Amino acid sequence: MIPNIPLNYFLVISTLMFFIGIYGFLTRRNLITMLMSVELILNSVNINFVAFNRYLFPQQLQGHFFMLIVIAVAAAEAAVAIAIIINIYRNFKAIDVSHIDEMRF
Amino acid sequence: MTDYTYTLLIPLIPFLVFVAVGLGGHKVKPVVSGLIGTSGLGISAILSYMTAIKYFFSAHVAGAPYTALKAFEVNWLHLTDKLTINLGILLDPISVMMLVVVTTVSFMVHLYSLGYMKGDPGYYRFFSFLSLFSFSMLGLVIATNIFQMYIFWELVGVSSFLLIGFYYEKPSAVAASKKAFIVTRFADLGFLIGILMLSFLTGTFDFQTLTDPHGPAITNAGGIAFMGMSVLTWSLIFIFVGGAGKSAMFPLHIWLPDAMEGPTPVSALIHAATMVVAGVYLVARLFPIYSIAAPDALHVVAWVGGISSLFAAVIACTQTDIKRVLAYSTMSQIGYMMLALGVSGYGGEEGLGFMASNFHLFTHAMFKALLFLGAGAIIHAVHSNEMGDMGGLRKYLPVTHITFLIACLTISGIPPFSGFFSKDEILTAAFHGNKLLFWIEYIVAGLTAFYMFRLYYNIFWGKERHYHHTPQEAPAVMTIPLVFLAFASVFSGFLPFHDLVTSDGKAFESSIDWMIAVPSILVGLVGIILATVMYRKESNLPDKVASTVKHLYKWAHHKFYMDELYLFVTKKIIFRYISAPVAWFDRHIIDGIMNGVAGIIQFSAYTIKGFQSGRIQQYAFVFITGSIALVLIYVYLF
Repeated sequence: MIPNIPLNYFLVISTLMFFIGIYGFLTRRNLITMLMSVELILNSVNINFVAFNRYLFPQQLQGHFFMLIVIAVAAAEAAVAIAIIINIYRNFKAIDVSHIDEMRF
Repeated sequence: MTDYTYTLLIPLIPFLVFVAVGLGGHKVKPVVSGLIGTSGLGISAILSYMTAIKYFFSAHVAGAPYTALKAFEVNWLHLTDKLTINLGILLDPISVMMLVVVTTVSFMVHLYSLGYMKGDPGYYRFFSFLSLFSFSMLGLVIATNIFQMYIFWELVGVSSFLLIGFYYEKPSAVAASKKAFIVTRFADLGFLIGILMLSFLTGTFDFQTLTDPHGPAITNAGGIAFMGMSVLTWSLIFIFVGGAGKSAMFPLHIWLPDAMEGPTPVSALIHAATMVVAGVYLVARLFPIYSIAAPDALHVVAWVGGISSLFAAVIACTQTDIKRVLAYSTMSQIGYMMLALGVSGYGGEEGLGFMASNFHLFTHAMFKALLFLGAGAIIHAVHSNEMGDMGGLRKYLPVTHITFLIACLTISGIPPFSGFFSKDEILTAAFHGNKLLFWIEYIVAGLTAFYMFRLYYNIFWGKERHYHHTPQEAPAVMTIPLVFLAFASVFSGFLPFHDLVTSDGKAFESSIDWMIAVPSILVGLVGIILATVMYRKESNLPDKVASTVKHLYKWAHHKFYMDELYLFVTKKIIFRYISAPVAWFDRHIIDGIMNGVAGIIQFSAYTIKGFQSGRIQQYAFVFITGSIALVLIYVYLF
């Protein structure tokens, strides 16, 4: 393990990743990039889980397992999202979200 | 008791004819629907005569009073145990007499219309409406209770509306039908209020209970007073308002002259012989309660009748449209009938006015139908209603001429024609009842003779006009009713009405009072002679007379500006000061509130609909900022 690194470092890294993800999700027009941003957000959360588990309750493993579940869900989510994106592409001939605004008033 | 159930057929046959001709008339030749209508009414007329003979003579024990009987009755609306409305047939002397009058005149008019309406595109429609009218009028006549009468009263109003507006392409006919309907509806409002008050006071709609002189309705009524008269009196006055509206009594008469826009047979049937006497019939029907419990209401009836008869007679002297002259003459004669009812007492000799009124109703129906049908034959020949377009027609229309002359003599009260007898009874009744009204009626008798002969000379004598084609006598189908009605006019005066139709059902002796009859004949003759001098030959005498009484003439010619007065009251006062503010309030306040609410909602909807942009990233942005804001609030405020 890395006993010298304090918890704060992990938290800073995860916060940065989280907001980079948010920023990417809000600004990127490409659906694939937006999906990648979502993955970033999820992974920042994973870092938090693992770090807190390791520093606060080293005898227990709940955080680790929860991280594994999140990775599994993220994989499933990516599969579904990619399927949706492919279908959108087939219908709109584009994966740019600014063109996909049919669902409005 | 003998069975009278078959009287149910008398109104039902015209109803079936109405349905059959109205629904299927366009599929058959016009003459077929005409014949169906005429024969249907013929059967009704025969049944009515049978009923009359049976009721008055064969089924009647000599010397016994005539009693009212119910031939048929069903419980039509059972609202609560206390409030039920029945439909049925009530036979008593006046209803049987009216059955005869209505079916006779209606049958004659049907027969006449076969010829008169020939070639009209609405031939079958005309006959179905005529049948509808006959059905409604017969239903009104035989009503067992005042509510049934009200139902048929309105039906009569509707059929009158339909027939006045028969030529619906003509704007004047449309306006006239609307006017007639609205004015009579307005009067019917009074009738309805009266019915509600009367039935509330007495607890019954039934005529037999209402008019039983010893019954609870009359003996218990009265009581509560309002503005110096008992509520019962007020209710009867309101009922009379309804009757006055239908019978074109002053001041609700304005619709009758305009109603002449309808086809002439319609004027003969509805606006001379049957519907307009419904008001008289209504008062006669409720006569015991009027006479015993509310003599004040009867005074109103008498005075309204007297004023109407004088008023209409003066106007009739100045009109030039022959149908309008006859319309005002009708109004004047109905005024006579109302007056006779108004001055009458109840029972025996006292009930002379009641008998005279019904007698005059009967004779008037015959001779006024004859006059109108004669006028129809004249209009048929010269294609004009205006007196100025006629003259010297006696050579071309011999049958019409003779029958018209008979009718004129009848209405002028010259013996031995029927009008003399009935008018004499009315004058005698008025003499014993109210002296002032008696003198008014003398004047009216003179005026009647004058304007009728003015009409007669202007049409049949004087200079010949230039006609489009030589006027021809109407076909036989039109002249037969004329001849029949002329016979009826001559001989119906000899009917023993004082034995048959009396206020309490008991016969009484009445004889001609020569002290009253001779002056009335003389007054009539003076009117005729005056008309002969003025109109027998073309002269400037009428103009001279008109210019000496210039103002009176002008006023009478403009019908005393009654129409203008009504227009003033409705347009200038009611429309401007009541209807217009109400309309403004409705349009701006009520609608304003509703439109305002709708407008605010619409505005806010337009404003917030931008949120629903369909852009996923915008949603995400809002969502994330919202979450952050919530977190910040949570962290810093709590």
